[in-house]
Amino acid sequence: MAEIKAEFLNGIRAELPILVGVVPFGMIYGVLALASGLTTTQSQAMSAIVFAGSSQFVATQMVSAGTPGLVMILTIAVINLRHALYSASMAPYLHRLRPGWKWLLAYLLTDEAYVVSAIHYQNTDPLYKQDDDLSAEIDRPSTALLDNRHWFFLGAGLALWASWQLSTAAGIFLGAVVPDSWSLDFTLALTFIALVVPNLKDRAVVAAALSAGVVAILAFAAPYKLGLMIAALAGIASGLFIEAKS
Amino acid sequence: MNIWLVFILAGLATYAIRLSFILFVDHRSMPPVLIRSLRFIPPAVLTAIIFPEILIKDGALNLSLGNTRLLAGLLAALVAWRTRSAVLSILVGMLTLWLLQWWAVR
Repeated sequence: MAEIKAEFLNGIRAELPILVGVVPFGMIYGVLALASGLTTTQSQAMSAIVFAGSSQFVATQMVSAGTPGLVMILTIAVINLRHALYSASMAPYLHRLRPGWKWLLAYLLTDEAYVVSAIHYQNTDPLYKQDDDLSAEIDRPSTALLDNRHWFFLGAGLALWASWQLSTAAGIFLGAVVPDSWSLDFTLALTFIALVVPNLKDRAVVAAALSAGVVAILAFAAPYKLGLMIAALAGIASGLFIEAKS
Repeated sequence: MNIWLVFILAGLATYAIRLSFILFVDHRSMPPVLIRSLRFIPPAVLTAIIFPEILIKDGALNLSLGNTRLLAGLLAALVAWRTRSAVLSILVGMLTLWLLQWWAVR
């Protein structure tokens, strides 16, 4: 019981620094959503229903432009395809949980909650780095019984969820006093920089990051924001390649 | 199409994507290469979002010193690398951007 509480609180604690970047981004989303012509209820509802920041940003642009509904759905889905990679990454750790936990944690699987939870799982999993033993470690009943790390994920996920909903509301109600020139949308890029850079620990990871970035620039003009997925896959392939060589 | 229907369908699609592997795939049946690729997912995906955000300005690649977001992003990356502090990195990046913007309009 004490360990459950500790994991949950540690999850919240790990998420807190990142909220410095998430909250301004959520506020800007609220401002843009209202400016695009959505009502306050619709603007807030999108944060709860879609709950994926960068796709919500693009959605507001599409609403202003009068984009057809089907194109909007497709574009949002493609931008959020990266979450399938996160899902694959978390699946080995979550597969013992009851379905209710899986449904709940999947809803909370955002970029920011995913990265801190994935790092927590990897750091507390000594055999993880010897990747062949990953399944052996997870399937050992003794460790599984003691594993409360999904509470960490829940803490991180709920901290992010609550601040996303509240910052959307703040953006909606303070809209007029947050001018464009503050460039608060830049906090998304800064948040991701703060999440990536400290974890560039070996050459293969650096190769994965750099090639994904370069391909993202090259594929920038691809339709429906497909460039993001192409770049991510190229980065993963480069990482595997460098790892195999060394 | 009704905007509510758009939200609900886009939300369901996003949720299905998030659930996909967690609910339906047993990792023991995943090929080893997929397991090995998992650790590259965060750096690859996040950098694929960061690079266009800071390097593309008005629809074109901009590597000049006039690209304020590039300079602010680089400084934030340096701070993140040295201090590992998310708060400090985000604050330094934002302050740098504001300072450069203020400088540019003077």
